[in-house]
Amino acid sequence: MGETVHAIIRNYNGDPTRLMDILIDIQSQLGYLSEWTIEQIAKSLDIPKIDVEQTVSFYHFFTKEPRGKYTVYLNNSVVTGFYKVDEIVKTFEKEAGCSFGRVSPDGLIGLFSTACIGMSDQEPAAIINEQVFTRLTPDKVKTLIAGMKDGKTIEQLKGSSYGDGQNANPLMKATVKNHIRKKGEVIFSGDYTAGDALRKIKSAKMSSNDVIDIVKKSSVRGRGGAGFPTGMKWEVARKAQGEPKYIFCNADEGEPGTFKDRVILTEEPKLVFEGMTIAGYAVGARYGILYLRNEYMYMKKYLVSILQDMERDNLLGTAIGGKNGFNFDIRIQFGGGAYVCGEESALIESAEGKRGEPRDRPPFPVEKGYLQKPTVVNNVETLCTVVKIITKGHEWYNTIGTRESRGTKVLSISGDCEEPGIYEIPWGFSVNDILKMTGARDVQAVQVGGPSGSCIAANEFGRTLAYEDLATGGSLIIIGKNRDLLKDVVLNFAEFFREESCGSCVPCRALTGMSKLVMEKIVSGKATVSDIDRLVSWAPIMKKNRCGLGQTALNPILTTIKNFRHLYDEKVKGNSEIINPAFNLAAATADYEAAVKN
Amino acid sequence: MAKKIIATASLSGCFGCHMSFLDIDAKILDLIELVEFNKSPIDDIKKFTKQCDIGLIEGGCCNDENVHNLLDFRKNCKVLVSVGECAIMGGLPALRNMVPLQECLEEAYLNGPTVRDCNENKIIPNDPELPKILNKVYPCHEIVKIDYFLPGCPPTAELIWNALVTLATGAELKLPYESVRFD
Repeated sequence: MGETVHAIIRNYNGDPTRLMDILIDIQSQLGYLSEWTIEQIAKSLDIPKIDVEQTVSFYHFFTKEPRGKYTVYLNNSVVTGFYKVDEIVKTFEKEAGCSFGRVSPDGLIGLFSTACIGMSDQEPAAIINEQVFTRLTPDKVKTLIAGMKDGKTIEQLKGSSYGDGQNANPLMKATVKNHIRKKGEVIFSGDYTAGDALRKIKSAKMSSNDVIDIVKKSSVRGRGGAGFPTGMKWEVARKAQGEPKYIFCNADEGEPGTFKDRVILTEEPKLVFEGMTIAGYAVGARYGILYLRNEYMYMKKYLVSILQDMERDNLLGTAIGGKNGFNFDIRIQFGGGAYVCGEESALIESAEGKRGEPRDRPPFPVEKGYLQKPTVVNNVETLCTVVKIITKGHEWYNTIGTRESRGTKVLSISGDCEEPGIYEIPWGFSVNDILKMTGARDVQAVQVGGPSGSCIAANEFGRTLAYEDLATGGSLIIIGKNRDLLKDVVLNFAEFFREESCGSCVPCRALTGMSKLVMEKIVSGKATVSDIDRLVSWAPIMKKNRCGLGQTALNPILTTIKNFRHLYDEKVKGNSEIINPAFNLAAATADYEAAVKN
Repeated sequence: MAKKIIATASLSGCFGCHMSFLDIDAKILDLIELVEFNKSPIDDIKKFTKQCDIGLIEGGCCNDENVHNLLDFRKNCKVLVSVGECAIMGGLPALRNMVPLQECLEEAYLNGPTVRDCNENKIIPNDPELPKILNKVYPCHEIVKIDYFLPGCPPTAELIWNALVTLATGAELKLPYESVRFD
């Protein structure tokens, strides 16, 4: 055991900033991170044990206890709840012989729940030993558990019917489906050959400034949601002092209901990596890091082989495309299961082996980012877009979309519609267009941009998706009229944020927990109007949080209070403001009655 | 201007807040010019005899008698103020909230070192005359609406005085930073 630990640490040259990789590899080999293992890691890396422990304790997928030979992480996101997940849960528990959060007595099967795993278009889904199992039914669960009891390998459990496209690649063999319902002109146009943009740079003799110039002229904006102009970000990083510089590709899509990066990385990984390389060229960066969420571990072998292919084809490595002095290497950094790591400075902290807590800004990552060096963090989609802009020109790009929102947007659409999946459409589509396109009927609400975005009602379905109107990082969850919006959706999101708050800022840490309690009170019909007012009064306090995720963590509640006030009013109707309806004297004295009876 | 009528009670508290109240010393002479006391331990009026303007509550609720008392105050007072840590957050008595009630009672009456050899019949007091202990200690605002909260353990005499003057005259209350900061 000690040898395994030390060999893995040697793989990373005993570098404490690679703690995430070390922990992931060790856990993958030994199943869990024991007290003893943690001590060994701390000693070998020459860092305090508490530093290792705080990283271990921060991430959802790290464990200090064994979690079974087969570890099931069943998704508990909103959309899963639309597919009778209760039955799946019951079947898992009955067949495995233990409840969720526990390991079966024989140590064979561990059952755990987890936040959205990026499979919202094929729920209910679970991760079992790093492999994804989708569209679960009680029957499928029975077969899976029986297979585990028979000692089948994870490959055998998956069966031989794989998903479409590259999901079936021998290095991935995933049962995941792409569900690309609409291909647009930019990302999924199908006319890309690896190296297109690099060849264009060479043939047109573009300097790095030329590249930045074209990106600026194309007005491409960050696709993660905030919409920061990409060209400007690159320019600042280019001018920033410090070497080497880094390009990060943010593929931590943890926003429930988002899964576009998964599909892009499955079908167009070279487009993503070339985008990083172009960014590297423009900024003068030497290294690129793809920060990939732990949930997508099943893609690891496939993506690593793609990187090797590109190196072999001189699209990565040294003297790229025969251009002397243009060197760029990419590695993949896996996360450990933490929503907040989608925030760029938290992502950088995580990549440095620490807890994924957002940093104070300034300094911004473009000045002092990864290892305190200038760092650009771009979304997967942004980087892909840049390749196309370089290849086809900014004039072409500017003809697509609206005035302030150029190009296309890849949308992850899930929930109550006939065709959930990936839609690449030009900016400027209305929500109604999308509902029609996806075959959604009897829609009560649409959650735009994930829980941190807004939940809109029918009167706003005419609004257009664009930075100038309804901005979105790309996820739309369609909520049918048959759903209990407050219980099935808002309460689920409230629990999600309570769980995922990194705890660094007091408003986020305290109010995500308190708001969940108030939501429970509202859902149970025991709340009052002043409880609703209290939630609203917390909005300005949440703006004091350090990161964007914390600032928007009450949005599911606040936007539904704004747009679906009648649902809240119904729940509190007739409840006294003077005497708390949630207090029940008979229930409060029941314990005493029982104690004195004996 | 008619005198405001005030009532006070100590529920599950230690009377410390009332003692702090008395620390206004000679100002109590000014106070009786300003207000008239109704139900309160200060004048020993046991039952409300009229509708009051201001109710001051010390202590949270640890038994059903506290709850009935608090409901009575809510019914009879226009404005209700939680005075001090116990009323606001449960305070020291709420330490038991971490222990199930059964265990608390067993420790207090059956197993504790001062009772284990003398409670021969192993009885947890259950006379119907006794208040029933609640499953946990509740801060007052979890049971009725509380209009204002005066922080402190206890709130200083000056703070209580200023708050009362404010409520009685409608003047503006300035809470000094020291009274609301974290310790």
